Amino acid sequence: MQNDKTTEEIALGIRRRVFVHSMRNNGGYLSQACSAAEQLAFLYNEALNLGDPTLPAVPKPFAGVPSAENPDYHTGAGYNGPVTPHHDRLFIAPAHYALVAYATLIEVGRMDPEGLEMFNKDGSSVEMIGAEHSPGMEVHNGTLGIGLSTGAGLAYGRKRRGDTGQVCVFMSDGEVQEGQTWEAVQAAAHHGIDNLWALMDVNDQQCDGAMDTVMQVRDITAKFRNFGAVCVEVDAHDLGALRQAKALPHEGQPLIILARSSPTQGMEFLRRRFPRLHYVRFKGEDERAEMNAAIAAELGIAPVDLSQGSH
Amino acid sequence: MVEMVNRPYASAFEAHALANPDVLCLSADLTSSCEIDGFRDRHPDRFLSLGMAEQNMMSFAGGLGLAGYRPFLHSFGVFLYRRPYDQLVASVAYPRRKVRLMGFLPGITTPGGMTHQAIEDIAVMRSIPNMTILETGDATEVESICAAADSIDGPVYCRVLRGAIPRLFDTPIEVGRMRELALGHDILVVTSGVTTEEALRARQALANAGVSIRHLHINTIKPFDEDALLDHIGSVTKGVIVLENHLTEGGIGSLVAEIMADHGVGKKLVRLGLKDTYAHGGSKPYLMKYYGLDAAALVAGIERLIGHSTGITEQELAGVRLEAVHSAIKAEAL
Repeated sequence: MQNDKTTEEIALGIRRRVFVHSMRNNGGYLSQACSAAEQLAFLYNEALNLGDPTLPAVPKPFAGVPSAENPDYHTGAGYNGPVTPHHDRLFIAPAHYALVAYATLIEVGRMDPEGLEMFNKDGSSVEMIGAEHSPGMEVHNGTLGIGLSTGAGLAYGRKRRGDTGQVCVFMSDGEVQEGQTWEAVQAAAHHGIDNLWALMDVNDQQCDGAMDTVMQVRDITAKFRNFGAVCVEVDAHDLGALRQAKALPHEGQPLIILARSSPTQGMEFLRRRFPRLHYVRFKGEDERAEMNAAIAAELGIAPVDLSQGSH
Repeated sequence: MVEMVNRPYASAFEAHALANPDVLCLSADLTSSCEIDGFRDRHPDRFLSLGMAEQNMMSFAGGLGLAGYRPFLHSFGVFLYRRPYDQLVASVAYPRRKVRLMGFLPGITTPGGMTHQAIEDIAVMRSIPNMTILETGDATEVESICAAADSIDGPVYCRVLRGAIPRLFDTPIEVGRMRELALGHDILVVTSGVTTEEALRARQALANAGVSIRHLHINTIKPFDEDALLDHIGSVTKGVIVLENHLTEGGIGSLVAEIMADHGVGKKLVRLGLKDTYAHGGSKPYLMKYYGLDAAALVAGIERLIGHSTGITEQELAGVRLEAVHSAIKAEAL
């Protein structure tokens, strides 16, 4: 399924949706939309071979966790299309990018805009930290660092079955601080798992602030290569570069694309908040109004009508 | 003399895996220690070495489960939950992947000391939703553990014995069904794993002392057949005693206590096991004696329940020990 819009249009749409949502809800994961909009737009609109959604455009409410007593349980993977041997699979490893991922689903026509109104509401499946049952999610990745291992296992299994579809893991650079990420790369390389690729949003940000101040991770490109991956670093906001990177041959090895991004791309006004960008809350109504006007202008839309109250 | 069976897991796993194409054999650098070295050599296409990296192995297994495979993870029990606990919950237990966790050297059956001894694994696994827990107590149960585990619609953790193991039973594990080894009316003895053999050693001496024992062997710890247990508790007059190769907190003793409390059973209960302590490295017979997990400890516990001495001596119990056979094959070596 390909969207009618260009990938650039989708990326802009993602930023606008996340911005409007954050304005109305007095804060949100704005910075992740800035850094990752092109990447998620690229994945859904170009890079991944995904079928038509199998779940309703308006997400169903939370319907219980997996258990022997819940036989109708299903994950949110159906928003990415059916599970078939030839379709690709996508894991969103940093589950706190959920708001950006949901906005992407809307922009590419896989979820109704109404779905975003359910974000972080009690009883909703459209959770703040993407859960297995949230739209577009197939596994829990809220504890960062487990996504690539799961992707590697799925990819190994799919390769063994002769599936032609690939497994893609969208990652965040904070995850390289977790040892499990490196265990996953060495295992994928050792077992020649080359139907696995990762696109990592390298925004140099984490919850406590700039990564260099929290825990230096040094030259991760060299580290990924030394652990056995084909690794390339590109400008996250340059779609041509993302396309070239995806086309790199990586026979017998996983491919890891490090997409070096700006945490304020498209919303430069957020620079004032640097380096505390993980979750942007407004310090007061004045700042909210100022940010509303400035960022709306950057995004080419009218300021959000804040008199409607929060949604 | 009880028959001793050498390395029953090795051939049992091989037979099960060959009959089930979606079974994969995973190892984290303890391949011969978990008796799957022969399988690795004969069936390399079904064997995945994942190195000394249990966190990745656990999530990787979750991914294999998502692809429809049923991976058997082989390691010491302790390495299947302590280090990769987050991965166990998020990648395996929550999504109910059909991952089979084959935990070798349960409790104090290893001389490896604290780092190697899974003494709280049952407590941990019992508190994980969607998890099933099985435990093997003899060679026949080890021979049937693969089929039993692989019948579970979800993840399962198994306490697996290795090396030279006595054959106590002649029927395979039936998941969810406790074994009734004696049907007396004074004391209900509940054991599992290696402690069942201890209770069997004390059986004749207790009978000679006039104590009538009702003895249950547990191989399915979760889910647990409460009704069957309650029936047995109702059939004895003097109380219940649990002997387990695990901490008394959160293990089978706790399980029995919870069931008795939930149903208002006002009988005495003695829980034997590791008493809020870590263990140290040593041979299995030494550790079982030192920590009060052996036949003598069971007799002492029963004496507490009946309120008087049985007159049973250590020599009497030692007479039915199988140590000579054990030590010849060095079942407890790393």
